[in-house]
Amino acid sequence: MSEIKKIKNLKEFSTSADRFEGANLLCPGCAHSIIVREILNATNDDLILSSSTGCLEVCTAVYPYTSWDASWIHIGFENSSTAIAGAEAMHKALKAKGRLKQDRDPKFVAFGGDGASYDIGFQWISGCFERGHDMMYVVLDNEVYANTGGQRSSSTPIGSSATTSPAGRVSYGEKMNKKDMLSIMAAHGSPYVAQVAPNKWKNMIKAVQQGLNIEGPTFINAMSACTTEWKFDPADTVAISDLATDSLVFPLYEIIDGKELNITYRPKNIVPVEEYLAAQGRFKHLFKDQYKYLIKEWQERVDSNWEYLQRREEARV
Amino acid sequence: MLNKGWDEFEIGAMLRSFDGPTSNIATTLQEDRPYSQSNSFTASVADWRIEKPVFNKDYCIDCQFCWIYCPDMSIISRDKKMIGVDMDHCKGCGICVEVCPTNPKSLLMFQEKEDEDTVLAAWPEKEDKEK
Ligand SMILES: Cc1ncc(C[n+]2csc(CCOP(=O)(O)OP(=O)(O)O)c2C)c(N)n1
Ligand code: SF4
Ligand code: SF4
Ligand code: SF4
Ligand SMILES: [Mg+2]
Repeated sequence: MSEIKKIKNLKEFSTSADRFEGANLLCPGCAHSIIVREILNATNDDLILSSSTGCLEVCTAVYPYTSWDASWIHIGFENSSTAIAGAEAMHKALKAKGRLKQDRDPKFVAFGGDGASYDIGFQWISGCFERGHDMMYVVLDNEVYANTGGQRSSSTPIGSSATTSPAGRVSYGEKMNKKDMLSIMAAHGSPYVAQVAPNKWKNMIKAVQQGLNIEGPTFINAMSACTTEWKFDPADTVAISDLATDSLVFPLYEIIDGKELNITYRPKNIVPVEEYLAAQGRFKHLFKDQYKYLIKEWQERVDSNWEYLQRREEARV
Repeated sequence: MLNKGWDEFEIGAMLRSFDGPTSNIATTLQEDRPYSQSNSFTASVADWRIEKPVFNKDYCIDCQFCWIYCPDMSIISRDKKMIGVDMDHCKGCGICVEVCPTNPKSLLMFQEKEDEDTVLAAWPEKEDKEK
């Protein structure tokens, strides 16, 4: 089997040779790209990749260019999961029959946005996990359909202004709570699911290495701060991500075999949720007197979720 | 630049990242790769920039924060040392400057048209009000 790449520290990590290329058309400061780099650099394995339609796919395969230095396929919006599952099943079958032209031992990884994963490609992902393909599915979770101009998805959080749930005089924006995808994927009996964020790169590569080296379908939900739709300065992508992980709006944790929950990052100083909200234009209206009560509700929701995660970690169930 | 027309590419839109056989791309540095003309590495987004990062190696501690957080593979690090910015692929987002921990910073943003030697000669002094 393949060896896990040793990455002791950032200096050592920086000797990696990127397999994702520049002059792609992602926005300046886009976190999708930081996530993809960290994932691809976390391993020296031969990789077979797919992407669902969305910013990542649209911006990295602009004919006649590709930004991928590994086998990569795009079919449609809903099926990066089944595209890679098909490749995995074919590889396995040819190998078993001794008909592989090259002796390859690749890892199979699918990328999809939150729109493609939480909503439109959901049943395809569910099918892949139920069938138990040996693959890793990665969500680039920017909480919105970014590539088509910012429509809400079932990952969009309460109070966020999206083009299909705009904030205004009579509405505070998105009304529904963000879907808990990690629990849903854990409930499929996946051997490994984790929530990660690119600002915590060490945590990220550990989760990715684990996900790649466990047999079976594994799931990674990667927070992807979107400068365009979350409305912050492109230079602040890492700072906003820090606010997200340190306010526990995006707690980082993993669930093993659908049961064992481990919190993988505990902020030294927990930042008030208000600071995270205040840093982004999509929550600007929450600071009007009319909607201020929502900030308090936000904090209560985050606190109670953190409490829940800690209790589950302790209970080991 | 491209020397194939839009209608001269392979049907099925299969693009090859490299010309000829490759092995172990994951351990082959960019300078040793046989990039094909369909690889976006051979293209440039330099004209996206309004501001550009300038690197001052005198203050750099090679922490590699800029390398890990650059979204555009534009911080060139070799043998654990930061050696410069890839100006064909840098989009001028400014993340590298934000994450640089030195005082004064080892990377700063300047207007695209500014002369590198001039801004390096007038690099800011260490700031006292470190928190
Ligand atoms: C079946 C189908 N429905 C709708 C679209 C249009 N479409 C293309 S990209 C996109 C949004 C993608 O959002 P998401 O998956 O969250 O990825 P992001 O762009 O935010 O990274 C939509 C709606 C499509 N290509 N195919
Ligand atoms: S819209 Fe957001 S996710 Fe899409 S390329 Fe721009 S920053 Fe990235
Ligand atoms: S300005 Fe942005 S794209 Fe350019 S080197 Fe810095 S981080 Fe990379
Ligand atoms: S972040 Fe600053 S100090 Fe660290 S390697 Fe980059 S330029 Fe040097
Ligand atoms: Mg999205």
